[in-house]
Amino acid sequence: MNIELLANLSYIVSAALFIFGLKMLGSPATARRGNMFSSLGMLIAVVAGLTAEGIVSYEYIAGGMVIGTIIGALAARLVGMTSMPEMVALFNGSGGAASLLVGWATLYGGGIETFTAVTILLAILIGGLTFTGSIIAYAKLSEVMNSAAIVFKGQRFVNSLVLAGIVYAAYMFCLDPQADSQWLYVTLGLALLLGIMAVIPIGGADMPVVISLLNSYSGIAACAAGFAINNNILIVAGSLVGASGIILTNIMCKAMNRSLANVLFSGFGAVKQGKAIEGEVKPVSVEDAYYLFEAASNVCFVPGYGMAVAQAQHVVKELGEILEANGCEVSYAIHPVAGRMPGHMNVLLAEADVPYEQLVEMDDINPRIENVDIAVVIGANDVVNPSAREDEDSPIYGMPIINVDQARTVFVLKRSMASGFSGVDNPLFFGENTRMLFGDAKESISGVISEFG
Amino acid sequence: MEMEIVFLVFILVLSVFLGFELISKVPATLHTPLMSGANAISGITLAGAFLAAGMVDSEMGKYLGTAAVAFATINVVGGYMVTDRMLGMFKSKKAGGK
Repeated sequence: MNIELLANLSYIVSAALFIFGLKMLGSPATARRGNMFSSLGMLIAVVAGLTAEGIVSYEYIAGGMVIGTIIGALAARLVGMTSMPEMVALFNGSGGAASLLVGWATLYGGGIETFTAVTILLAILIGGLTFTGSIIAYAKLSEVMNSAAIVFKGQRFVNSLVLAGIVYAAYMFCLDPQADSQWLYVTLGLALLLGIMAVIPIGGADMPVVISLLNSYSGIAACAAGFAINNNILIVAGSLVGASGIILTNIMCKAMNRSLANVLFSGFGAVKQGKAIEGEVKPVSVEDAYYLFEAASNVCFVPGYGMAVAQAQHVVKELGEILEANGCEVSYAIHPVAGRMPGHMNVLLAEADVPYEQLVEMDDINPRIENVDIAVVIGANDVVNPSAREDEDSPIYGMPIINVDQARTVFVLKRSMASGFSGVDNPLFFGENTRMLFGDAKESISGVISEFG
Repeated sequence: MEMEIVFLVFILVLSVFLGFELISKVPATLHTPLMSGANAISGITLAGAFLAAGMVDSEMGKYLGTAAVAFATINVVGGYMVTDRMLGMFKSKKAGGK
């Protein structure tokens, strides 16, 4: 049996392992094993790839792998769970860069047909914009850069120009695909620019959508690279990732009741203020909060990005345990777009050892929210804003929310009365059954815990 | 050549449908590990990068290939490790935490 056939048979095995792995990621009980399966599939594919015909020198490969392993392993070890969104953004970016470079390097093989030239360009284009887009997403998430949307006059016009430039340069390149073609560099430069232009107008709270989308792009780029070098496993694995990213993007958009186009291009700029809200804010002291907690038999925590900022997940969990010991039913309701990436809050709470049975989704909690004695809103704002349900003039009207205002009592933990990311006032704060617990979320909860003690 | 392209597109279409089927069943709780796990899979570009890095006839191609190997390895190693770390934290009540 020749070696090429053997390599291709191994690719079938690794494709099957990827599919099994992804399937097992469907349940928290099997997910870890699923990830193992998937990594085993990757190992097989890598070994098979190493046997490919035409590889003459292994020194460069070994060098690249050592560097990559060190960086990857260190990053995976050292990153804090709170900075997971930035980390994933960076990994997406490196995937994009890899596909770009593979496409580019393939040009040096010579003898490029038109179809191959087109796929190489696609790999360079998608890989390039994934790379710079992810870097900008990283900068915004880690607050290296202001996370607000950057919008300027004529932005769409500039973007259209960049896009037109790419199409023209790509066309010119395909007429005569050579590795030293100047049109290649033009395409590459414009693709990198497009990645930057595409992400700067997107604000912090829309990041879950962007990260999912970039995730999808990194898969599609791998897929294009697969076409360029005629490799099945790249196409299979790349399109699995591409599909998963698109599904996540779709879920995120639905959870905000906005179209993808709206998230990508509008920059949430024009905030049209809904009805002015009248009413009185009712603050509550830590001590009074304690009495209510003590008497409660059903408490539901609703975390948002603010919980990550305050690093309050551990004290929240501690309070949850105390309440449970007190005979109270405890759950954690998580809105799909809470935080900065899909599933962000779930990871933080899992880090704090909250059992996953207690993490409930929006659609599960809403029908039984009336039975909740106390809904505790920690650092969440827009995802619990009743305007989304009631006020047609509100910019977030139509967005599905967790109906905490229908719980018997709502505690809102908040630093001050500032409005949320979208700049929309929240009538929840003025609700009849709402009590505001002002101050740092972590300190407030620690305060309640010490009252129990 | 044409047959080969059709064949590759065939694979592409089936994988996309399979991907949609598989992923829509993943619960929201696992979306972050799903994303980083999928991201690790996209490091599959590594298998393609070998070819470029192992070529001897072009210096430039070799450098680009080596960089591609490095980036893809970051993706693979980092992606799987961080996913494993995250999944290790998801504990069931029955299994009991520490």
